[in-house]
Amino acid sequence: MARRAPSVLFGGATTALASAVLVIVSAIAVVLTIDALPSIRRFGLEFWSGTVWDPVTQDFGALPFIWGTLYSSCLAIILAAPIALGSAVFIAEFAPPWLGQPLVFLIELLAAIPSIVYGLWGIFVLVPDIRRLELALPDALRQSPFFSGPPLGLGLLSAALLLAIMVIPFTASVAREVLRAVPLAQREAAYALGATPFEAVRAALHYARSGIAGAVMLGLGRALGETMAVAMVIGNTPKISLSIVQPQYTMAAVIANEFTEAAQPLYLSALVEIGLVLFAVTLVINALSRLLIWSMTR
Amino acid sequence: MRAGVALLTTCALTAATLAAAQTVRVTGAGATFPYPIYSKWFAEYGRLHREVEIDYQSIGSGGGIRQVTNRTVFFGATDSPMTDEQLRAAGGRLLHVPMALGAVVPAYHVPGAGELTFSGDVLARIFLGQIARWNDAAISALNPGVRLPATAITVVHRADGSGTTYVWTEYLSKQSAEFRRMVGVNAAVRWPAGVGARGNEGVAGLVQQIPGAIAYVELNYAIHGKIAYGRVLNGGGERVKASVESMTAAALSGAATMPPDFRLSITDAPGKGTYPISSFTWLLLYEEPKDKVRGRAMVEFVRWALTAGQGYCADLGYAPLPDHIVKLALAAVDRIKTS
Repeated sequence: MARRAPSVLFGGATTALASAVLVIVSAIAVVLTIDALPSIRRFGLEFWSGTVWDPVTQDFGALPFIWGTLYSSCLAIILAAPIALGSAVFIAEFAPPWLGQPLVFLIELLAAIPSIVYGLWGIFVLVPDIRRLELALPDALRQSPFFSGPPLGLGLLSAALLLAIMVIPFTASVAREVLRAVPLAQREAAYALGATPFEAVRAALHYARSGIAGAVMLGLGRALGETMAVAMVIGNTPKISLSIVQPQYTMAAVIANEFTEAAQPLYLSALVEIGLVLFAVTLVINALSRLLIWSMTR
Repeated sequence: MRAGVALLTTCALTAATLAAAQTVRVTGAGATFPYPIYSKWFAEYGRLHREVEIDYQSIGSGGGIRQVTNRTVFFGATDSPMTDEQLRAAGGRLLHVPMALGAVVPAYHVPGAGELTFSGDVLARIFLGQIARWNDAAISALNPGVRLPATAITVVHRADGSGTTYVWTEYLSKQSAEFRRMVGVNAAVRWPAGVGARGNEGVAGLVQQIPGAIAYVELNYAIHGKIAYGRVLNGGGERVKASVESMTAAALSGAATMPPDFRLSITDAPGKGTYPISSFTWLLLYEEPKDKVRGRAMVEFVRWALTAGQGYCADLGYAPLPDHIVKLALAAVDRIKTS
């Protein structure tokens, strides 16, 4: 009987710690909502669909920021996922240890670089290159809605490329560990049936598909919340546009840019509500990814 | 022996306590525009008075006003004078003490153009997105003899809220009714044209990169970043470049109408040789500080900064206050009740 006490204690402690996470998340939601109340009362649901952001006339709408956040993050994950998954497959399935270990180290190094450094690199290296690329675009492409606009270098494309580099290590590391967790018996069975290496990898990918979807979603979540690097290269212009060469804006960036100078109570409250919207959007994306993973493993 | 050790320990402890009690730590927060001169002042003053430590966070004028109103910091600093409403919200009488003069300049990147002149009206139309090319007739008319290219104009503005933006939009609103109506005056506004960059350094970096770019930056960023910046037509029709002399002229001309609370805009100041986009930068201090020790330390510092400290201004791209205004500011600081 006495021997059971520590395990009860341990169980209780872990329950308490786990609920602490829940308490923190709820506390964030509650505090954001309270501080956003003046703005919620003033604008209601129009806050979500409003396209004007004018601190002078105190008119605030979040749609351009929501658009910019989702557009840049989705584009980033589309660019990052093939590279991240390709490197994960190579390291987990094909690379000899002398090559695999340094590769793992290099990919994880990407995650250790502070985002302000990415931002500076973006401004001084990536943006000028993107500008050159935009100048070289054929006129036929410029006519399309995806590439219209002056060649500034700053804009959605630069932000998405930077974000892609930043999320690769997260997606790659998780995908690699998931692939390594595929039982050896799976692979041996595939080879025993005469599968080529490609077919064996495909079988392993299929086995690990829910974990890989989770890895991609982790990358997307990271991209949604990234602030400083994006604020430095996206051009900070609240505009809803399909064009990837035009400057746009994200929710995290506008909070970082305008919070310190927001002297009027309604303005401050609107910025807090942007934070609340970002919180809600992240929650919805996470829920959707859970749903996706669940439907895959069912 | 034991008693000796005990005595020594007591002495050491007492000395440590005394030293700790003598060090006065004052915290402040606010404007980024005067940060270079403030940090120079705090460092130099700290060397002269080791017992005083002033810690300043350059979080922006709006943040400074918010924090000093909530009394989470002892003093604030701002480039845009507080509104009457904001002053009422503060839990006591807040003084604006002018500390130095700054200038905002139109910085541009037009290959081969040399030094250009702008007028307030032309700048307003450029920043409204109405003048699209460098060889526009309005710009050419101000710059006879300069061959301007047909390059498209790219407007670069601050994305982060900033006192620099406040001074710039305040000037353009005085010059153009349309600008006042469409954009208005604030530390952050809704720009109809261009791209936003973070901080003076971010704006300066983009101007250097993009041929055809125009932006507004604080004078010392244009000087240290080696970016071309233009002359601006003042009210008297002179083409004035931002400098210590032209900022001082603007302050002197404005000081004729200096209100007792120092909340005075000196953009578009009348008179000879005035640079029209000049501004004071202010410290915000409570007239009746709750902590008298800190209050005394801060008053001593402000007295020093307004006299000996003014010598550091010019090297950092600011102008020292004219003597006349220093006298007024010192008299105002004397009103702070520190005992």
